[in-house]
Amino acid sequence: MKTDIILAGVGGQGILSIAAALGSAALTNNLYMKQAETHGMSQRGGDVQSYMRISDKPIYSDLIAKGTADIILSVEPMEALRYLPFLRKGGYVVTNATPFINIPNYPDTEILSATLSALPHHVVIDADTIAKEATGNVRASNFVMLGAASPFIEIPFEYLEDGIRAIFARKGEEVVEMNLKGLRAGREFALKATNKQ
Amino acid sequence: MQRQLLLGVEAIAQGAIDSGISGVYAYPGTPSTEITEYIQGSKEAIARNVHRAWAANEKTAMESALGMSYAGKRALVCMKHVGMNVAADCFMNAAVTGANGGLVITAADDPSMHSSQNEQDSREYGRFALIPILEPSNQQEAYDMTRYGFALSETVGSPVLMRITTRLAHSRSGVEPCEGLAENHLHLPEDKRQFVLLPAIARKRYKLLLEKQADFIKASEQSPFNRYIDGEDKSLGIIACGIGYNYLMENFDGKCKYPVVKVSQYPLPRKMIKRLMRECKQIMVLEEGYPMVENMLKGYPGNENILGRLDGSLPRDGELNPDLVAKALCLPTTEGAPVPEIVAPRPPALCNGCSHRDVYKALNEVIASYGEGRVFSDIGCYTLGALPPFQAINSCVDMGASITMAKGACDAGLFPTVAVIGDSTFTHSGMTGLLDAVNEKTPITVIISDNESISMTGGQESSALGKIESICRGIGVEPEHIRVLLPVPKNHEELCQIIRTELEYKGVSVIIPRRICIQKAGRDAKKKK
Repeated sequence: MKTDIILAGVGGQGILSIAAALGSAALTNNLYMKQAETHGMSQRGGDVQSYMRISDKPIYSDLIAKGTADIILSVEPMEALRYLPFLRKGGYVVTNATPFINIPNYPDTEILSATLSALPHHVVIDADTIAKEATGNVRASNFVMLGAASPFIEIPFEYLEDGIRAIFARKGEEVVEMNLKGLRAGREFALKATNKQ
Repeated sequence: MQRQLLLGVEAIAQGAIDSGISGVYAYPGTPSTEITEYIQGSKEAIARNVHRAWAANEKTAMESALGMSYAGKRALVCMKHVGMNVAADCFMNAAVTGANGGLVITAADDPSMHSSQNEQDSREYGRFALIPILEPSNQQEAYDMTRYGFALSETVGSPVLMRITTRLAHSRSGVEPCEGLAENHLHLPEDKRQFVLLPAIARKRYKLLLEKQADFIKASEQSPFNRYIDGEDKSLGIIACGIGYNYLMENFDGKCKYPVVKVSQYPLPRKMIKRLMRECKQIMVLEEGYPMVENMLKGYPGNENILGRLDGSLPRDGELNPDLVAKALCLPTTEGAPVPEIVAPRPPALCNGCSHRDVYKALNEVIASYGEGRVFSDIGCYTLGALPPFQAINSCVDMGASITMAKGACDAGLFPTVAVIGDSTFTHSGMTGLLDAVNEKTPITVIISDNESISMTGGQESSALGKIESICRGIGVEPEHIRVLLPVPKNHEELCQIIRTELEYKGVSVIIPRRICIQKAGRDAKKKK
């Protein structure tokens, strides 16, 4: 198995917490993984991306080649579109619906949402609302996003749960449980949206 | 031992701790910062009391590390590529003194300039200094080669340069560490004049360095990190340096049909390269950064059978990636859907509530009446003042250049001129320039926009903390022209007034708007909870 994921968002939105959970899931289950990110200048409210690669065979490149990513997982809708050249045929775009508007020329949100809906394989999810409903806390929204991408990630769902347990273990059972609830709610939404249930 | 999930830079840090270092010396700079931060947070390093405080700049870092090596202990120096320019005086001469305790210098290059002002290739520095260079291709090698580097440094008695680039520095993977080594005991060099580079001694030391070159090549040929991998198709031979090897193997799924020399240690493994050139019709060089190896093989007459960045097989600038390498090898590539037109660029910006915003707002308002082109700035978050909405600055060149360029432009007759520099950049390399201006009473206005932290790289402690006024007084700035105030919206008029007055003063003025970095304030508040 092999899953290549482009994680996208805006500096400060915390895409690296998603990467950390995935990385930990891979490592504790003896899979190979590489995850490249950018630091420094790009963190100041600019666009950020991370390349996440998981496989049962050794991985060479830290970067994902164009047209080969299985999933674009974005916590911001416009940012999801920025990486389309990397998505393979049949690959999924999984994105949060809530725009992060910090530039004057942000596209019209209706046109944006129509562009996303026109993609052949997409899951657009209001992660903040679902996080609030499922866990009572918006902070779980990044794991709602991971949950929404989980049906398309070729590793067992329990591994992702393990990953969340591992990275939040120090913060106590309550935080672990909150994020797990978010993860499950996101997965349920995506399964329904894509009729996989 | 259990595998750990580590960034390339963290693998180097853990490798250094396990090599028994007694100190890390560094100034923050992307993508090198986390090496030192990792050591600062390491329980083991803390328990051993490994030296791990930030240095004022890369030169002081390099010199202190050389001092530790002189005393017989192992030291690691870390910096971004442009930091090598600052450290170069010591770096070049350290090659001549040689090392006593193991000395490894890590230079983190940033091809494609993700967070830098150029993409210089630090391997050229290693070649310039005539010392061994290591260039790991993955995170495990970054760990293993750090350990190997310290051992090599002590065996050959030379500093060793470890060169990495952004994509290794900031990519995570599983790394398996191994049993750590004890630190060295204090032991002075046998030859008490080894480090005295008086001409008569320096000539001998330099000859010794030249004699060692054969040993360095031998070490490269025997290195476990350089490999000749044979292939059946001899129409092409490939030299894959550092992470260039990964992009090659990615395209061939681990089994390249052409013979390959994997290079992770320099000087080049001569025998392997010669064999490749003998057996293959053409040679393709895959290297991150400058076409250094390609240039060496191509030579001045320009051997047309050497392919790479110089003949257009690969772009001359920017980092490599799997697609570029595929195209160079004439392998098929694919691409997903194009980026829709509605996608707008999202450049980085100064944070909301950042004190630099208050400074630029006031400066723009006051300077407008004098006309454009008179604000010289520097390296840090405030460089973002070049972008909309402020578009307030006219230069950003190197650490400290704001003050000296403002001075030079003023010497040329431009009046008034303003320098905008951060607190940590000021103590890194701004102080000496200020002294020049004071000695000549050059009428410049220096704004030290003090946010009490090294913010762009993540809020490290600034060497300038609590010292700026006393430094300025000590350098000789007149106390009545050192103006401190709190840059907040309600003080906007006062800040404008101060700038207006000091611009007109016919001597050196220093204005210090001081308010803690909004990000750091947030983190500090969180910590207190």
